[in-house]
Amino acid sequence: MTDPDSNPPEPTDLEPIPLQRSTPPGTGPLLSIRDLYVDFATDDGVVHAVDGVSFDVYRNETLGIVGESGSGKSVTSMAILGLLPSSAKVSGEIIFDGRQLRGASEKELQPVRGQRIAMIFQDALASLNPVRSVGRQIEEAIHVHHPKVGRRELRERSVELLSIVGIPNPGDRVDQFPHEYSGGMRQRAMIAMSISNEPDLLIADEPTTALDVTIQAQVLDVLERIQDRTESSIMLITHDLGVVAGIADRVAVMYAGRQVEIGSVDDIFYAPKHPYTEGLLASLPRLDRRADKESRLHRIGGQPPSLIHLPSGCSFHPRCPYADAEHGCTTRRPELLEVGIGHRSACLTPDVVGSVLGGSTFGEST
Amino acid sequence: MTIELETTAYADPVARSQWWLFRRRFVRHRAAMISLGVLTVIALACFGANWFAPFDPNEQDLLLGPVSPDGTHWLGTDELGRDQLSRLLISGQISLKIGFAVALISTLLGTAIGAVAGYFGKVSDQVLMRTTDLFLIVPQLAILAVALVRWGRTDLTIILVVSFVFWMSTARVVRGQVLAIREKEFVEAARAAGAGRVRIIIRHILPNVFGPVMVNATLAIAGAIVTESTLSFLGFGVDPPATSWGQMLNDAKGAVGTSKSYLLYAPGAAILFTVLCVNFIGDGLRDAFDPQNEKH
Repeated sequence: MTDPDSNPPEPTDLEPIPLQRSTPPGTGPLLSIRDLYVDFATDDGVVHAVDGVSFDVYRNETLGIVGESGSGKSVTSMAILGLLPSSAKVSGEIIFDGRQLRGASEKELQPVRGQRIAMIFQDALASLNPVRSVGRQIEEAIHVHHPKVGRRELRERSVELLSIVGIPNPGDRVDQFPHEYSGGMRQRAMIAMSISNEPDLLIADEPTTALDVTIQAQVLDVLERIQDRTESSIMLITHDLGVVAGIADRVAVMYAGRQVEIGSVDDIFYAPKHPYTEGLLASLPRLDRRADKESRLHRIGGQPPSLIHLPSGCSFHPRCPYADAEHGCTTRRPELLEVGIGHRSACLTPDVVGSVLGGSTFGEST
Repeated sequence: MTIELETTAYADPVARSQWWLFRRRFVRHRAAMISLGVLTVIALACFGANWFAPFDPNEQDLLLGPVSPDGTHWLGTDELGRDQLSRLLISGQISLKIGFAVALISTLLGTAIGAVAGYFGKVSDQVLMRTTDLFLIVPQLAILAVALVRWGRTDLTIILVVSFVFWMSTARVVRGQVLAIREKEFVEAARAAGAGRVRIIIRHILPNVFGPVMVNATLAIAGAIVTESTLSFLGFGVDPPATSWGQMLNDAKGAVGTSKSYLLYAPGAAILFTVLCVNFIGDGLRDAFDPQNEKH
């Protein structure tokens, strides 16, 4: 009954593969995540922080990952770099440039961290060491991976990096301490540090959340310019759909640790195929809609579920306007299935999405 | 001229090295600067005493006996007719040596133990911290006495043995601080940048622990000088004719409440001023090491 060619054996062996390439470098997606699960054992039960996530990040693209707080966005990024505490149980595959990162040792991960994959954290003030000057911290980021580079060159590099990210007077600013920088400058200094080794992948975890709108725009602009310069990929984690719309090529939407939809920016914004995505978009304030009684801001009713006791079937069904026992929404866990070219949704009734909230929320008809 | 000054005040900050900033903050700490001056004078007087002490500190003049401070003997003499000023200066050499050496060694030891326990946690934390507790509950004077009898009473053995019972408070303070700081985001950011454990501890965590460590070190200097006095009192101090401030106090213990009580004041004041100066300097260092401290 089974044909060995069309039905290859499932990879049951999830043991970490040593850091050797399974595909030649420079081919295939840069980062490929398959069936990633992250569980935390707590006194109240097991928290399923990431519950079966699969996506690819291609070369020189920007993938936005959106979802509300606690949907597993940050945990996913921490898992990639192996930064989760040892209490986290991680399974699945994290293939970066053909090499398995899940289960790799600290020693194997250290050359990857900061050099091939760099991370930009949300709170730049907390992420910079308060007792060391910004320049010293950038120099260190280079020195860790290139110990042979001399002092003078390190300093020149860090001044250059500060000017790349648009810090005024970088020659003077390089000797200042984080608390002497403004919020936007700190975030740019963080970016300077993260790009110091020209990484292939930049993971930006809510890089603009703590900043006001004008500074947000500047920081995003810096990210885009850097991507043009170094042809790196960016994984942009945010809960701000506006930021994603501006900078991302593709978007993955997460809800309660699960990935509910992934597709191009146009697919997600103009033709969402998951009720949660649709609800998120409908709850954005719109400049082109009048604020009268009929068009009050949409809200998604209910609360996000507990990650310990997830609802049966589709975890979004208690809040879903389309949920329907006939389709098995309450009993069957939906899989992420193709609904268009490069557009996948984890909904059992993707075709009815849009009928309640009145079609595509960012429709061209406006 | 005035205009020029004003433009400089508003100009962009000038590039300055961290050492320069550190020094400026320290120099502006008045109490620390005065203390540094006083301590320097004390140290120079003590270590230069071999050249300019008015009398031989060990030369006895039994016929003279104890005399109150006068023009010849500024701080008087003791029962054996020894000049107190000369003895005070020579004693200071051993007291200062013991104080600073113990503080240095015990701080290094305590910081290393505390940092390893705090950063690596788990088994190493349990083992190191229970060892620390063990050292804290064991009667220290008994250990010191036994060790000094066993290995002899020279300044070197006193320094080593006293250091060995002085590192615990530093270790506990450092462990507590490291536990808090290793959870800070900049440590995670350093890990995400590919930094190894040793680098994270030395470059990122320990500089943030400097303040409390400095305070502990100054306390250790004071504590070591006092502990040395106690040991001298019990007869486990440096061997005569070598002497220390503590030894002098103990030699004069019979003078309490008599006309010879001046014998207590000089060594007592020497200990007091040294400890006070050290505390102020520690305070200044801690403030200077904190880059967010830019009060003018």
